[in-house]
Amino acid sequence: MLEFFPFKKTIPFMSWGKVTTAISLLTFIFAVWSLWHQGLNLGVDFTGGTLMEVRTSQPADLHTIRTALEKTGLPEVSVQNFGTSHDVLIRLPVKQDANAAETSNIVMSALQTVDPTVELKRVDFVGPQVGKELYDSGALALLVVSFGIMAYLALRFEWRFAVAGMLANMHDIIIILGVFAFFQWEFTLTVLAGVLAVLGYSVNESVVVFDRIRENIRKMRGATIPHIIDDAITRTMSRTIITHGATQIMVLSMLLFGGEALHNFALALTIGIMFGIYSSVLVASPLLLMFGVKREHFIKPVEKKEEAVV
Amino acid sequence: MNRFPLWKYVLIGFTLVAAFLYALPNFFGQVPAVQVSPVRTTEKVDTALLAQMESLLKASSLATSGMELTENSIKARFASTDLQIKAKDVLENGLGERYTVALNLLPASPAWLSTIGALPMNLGLDLRGGVHFLLEVDMKTALEKAAIRYQNDFRTELRSDKIRYGRISREGDAVTVHFSTRDQRDAAVNKLGTAFTDLVYTTEDQAEAFTLTARLKPEAEKQVQEFALQQNITTLRNRVNELGVAEPVIQQQGANRVVVQLPGVQDTAKAKDILGRTATLEIRMVDELADPLALAQGQAPFGTEIVPTREGAPIAVKKDVVLTGDSITNATPGFDNTSGQAAVHINLDGKGARIFKDVTRENVNKRMAILLIEKGRAEAITSPVIREEIGGGRVQITGMESAQEASDVALLLRAGALAAPMQIVEERTVGPSMGAENIEKGFHSNLWGFLAVTLFMVIYYRVFGLFSSVALAINGFFLIALLSMMQATLTLPGMAAIALTLGMAIDANVLINERIREEIRAGATPQAAIHAGYDRAWGTILDSNLTTLIAGIALFWLGSGPVRGFAVVLCLGILTSMFSAVTVSRAMVNLTYGRQARLTNVSI
Repeated sequence: MLEFFPFKKTIPFMSWGKVTTAISLLTFIFAVWSLWHQGLNLGVDFTGGTLMEVRTSQPADLHTIRTALEKTGLPEVSVQNFGTSHDVLIRLPVKQDANAAETSNIVMSALQTVDPTVELKRVDFVGPQVGKELYDSGALALLVVSFGIMAYLALRFEWRFAVAGMLANMHDIIIILGVFAFFQWEFTLTVLAGVLAVLGYSVNESVVVFDRIRENIRKMRGATIPHIIDDAITRTMSRTIITHGATQIMVLSMLLFGGEALHNFALALTIGIMFGIYSSVLVASPLLLMFGVKREHFIKPVEKKEEAVV
Repeated sequence: MNRFPLWKYVLIGFTLVAAFLYALPNFFGQVPAVQVSPVRTTEKVDTALLAQMESLLKASSLATSGMELTENSIKARFASTDLQIKAKDVLENGLGERYTVALNLLPASPAWLSTIGALPMNLGLDLRGGVHFLLEVDMKTALEKAAIRYQNDFRTELRSDKIRYGRISREGDAVTVHFSTRDQRDAAVNKLGTAFTDLVYTTEDQAEAFTLTARLKPEAEKQVQEFALQQNITTLRNRVNELGVAEPVIQQQGANRVVVQLPGVQDTAKAKDILGRTATLEIRMVDELADPLALAQGQAPFGTEIVPTREGAPIAVKKDVVLTGDSITNATPGFDNTSGQAAVHINLDGKGARIFKDVTRENVNKRMAILLIEKGRAEAITSPVIREEIGGGRVQITGMESAQEASDVALLLRAGALAAPMQIVEERTVGPSMGAENIEKGFHSNLWGFLAVTLFMVIYYRVFGLFSSVALAINGFFLIALLSMMQATLTLPGMAAIALTLGMAIDANVLINERIREEIRAGATPQAAIHAGYDRAWGTILDSNLTTLIAGIALFWLGSGPVRGFAVVLCLGILTSMFSAVTVSRAMVNLTYGRQARLTNVSI
């Protein structure tokens, strides 16, 4: 039998509480700082504007392209290479007039004067109003998912589990956003979808640990709560690593083969998976302990039944 | 204890066969085709057209690999894109302007699969290339146009009743009439209140100035906006037909937006140009002395030109334009008050009304034609006979065959005349090479990821790892089959979601396998361990999948475009994975180990 984690003894995770809380707090503060200090590099999906991807037959001369585009009078054009030297990414901020949609046509005709064989690969034009709506519904989705999952956990377990699970997850989400802000990676609609998927996915992890904790509470009479939690984490450790490993293999495959379009999406998932493991083990469980979870929350003493109806 | 009754195996076998069959068409790829459809959507295609196409292609010795006749189009398949493009040119020249000839891609799956309803998924624009536009109708202007209409109507109405008024002004969508006495004002309120019931009237008294302000009622306002949107969608449909797109999507989104998706269109500049153009309307007199036989041969009398009617018969119209569409402020379907016949009511602005009055007085019992001119081609929408002099700018055209025809004509009149301006608020264009690249990237992400996971599972869990991997592959088939049955549109984020759900689906099997190991470690017999492993893991699997499902549903509900596609696949993937990971893998385990009563060792 091949085993990665042949633990015979229970690992005392809960006794490391101070260290792990300090680490979580530090990364969290770092994430919040970079979000506040630098902010997310929102893509055109959210800010509005025009994004164009073109391919030139010869290695692209960015300087000539810039000069050609400056002549069109379009403001603040950004031109850069990405992927190969033939691929050029052009960004234009949103224009407050009726013909904003014409921008890509103007750019293309300017490019054709430089290189007649230039090929248009992609245009994303989003009006400012649409961008704002996408931003709002994205933020709303984040809230709805958070509360939906919390309600489910409260129903299935207990409110302490719900709050602990949710806090651990928000910790993951803030860290993903923080890393995106720190490196100024572009935050697009697809990345948002990835972040929301992480929210659902990393709760899985907490659920599996919580399930074990509940089972242990019923089974391990006489053990202390920290010991029960330690045992639950140790027993599920192997599964945690393997499951996340498998998901990470798929995500890695997207990162390697998925190209530019899936690159940031895969990055968001990678961060989410890494911190998902960490947070469900070392954030959610200590929080549970902090909230004072007790045996009685699951095994109701028979004689107290009348009082329990409050 | 680890045995399924026979019916369970049969059921699983049946679902597997079904999943395989319905997933299959996606793996055949596509063949180039040319699609011919009538420009007018009400027209049907028939075998005569099919025969005509066959002979045209035969004359140019272009071999098709099959033609199919559907309700409103004929599709001809070709062996190569070279043949396809040549055939498009031949058909375009041969069939004339009544038909749209467009390039298309058709599934290459064998016919027997199509007959059982197994069709491949639709490919999203990011996978096949094309343009997506989101257009917003300027509702403020639509309401202002309605107000301008009432401004003119008030003038006529007050004049006909000899109520003296001062100035009629308009601010935004509110029309204000000024009077010098209160009595005149009150008389006007009475008169207009009964004539125009869609408005709310407010009055204001100042020294020597009595005013009356009219505004649209909220429900009337809503109707104006719905009309504007409907009419713009109709106009867009006509325009898109002109572009020759095989499977365009034109849909209302929200209260004031329209989505236009044009797969395969590369020239976005031209597409934008055509979508943004407005048609013009002209009213001209018909030359009734023209010889029908000469008209049929294309000979127009001097000073006239030949224009086809909607039925296709030619009529001769004078070259002098009586009125242009700018004078038409509205057109609505309705019924004639006396005869009850279906009719179209047209409103003209002040200048138009004056000209119309003069022209109709001089031409009683003659015919006039209303022409729709688009792309330099004119067509007579209707050519009614003038019965009497028409003043006041409110015209009624009868002689419609049905209420449907009346509403078609009204729509055409409005579409030409009164389209509220539209603006492109979102555009997403993907080039054809990019689409093909995206398919390849999405496919490779899935393939290599799946192979790596399989390799790992088999090394780590051996036979049980093999079962898990087979269950995972089956999950992939289930997911693809389900998406194909729903005829869902696959996008790149959708392909990413497939990869992600495959990665997440293995979780269920890992949970089960770990539990079985644990039970064996605790000293259970292999059979008991398998049983307990599947039993105990189920609760956890359900819990963890439901949380992801919550996220997926919220994403679908609040997401748009790419996010939605991702959410659909995610939700379906979770559902299929619960079945395949638990039931299908259990069936494999039971078949292998279930019958061995003295099982001492399992490979896990």
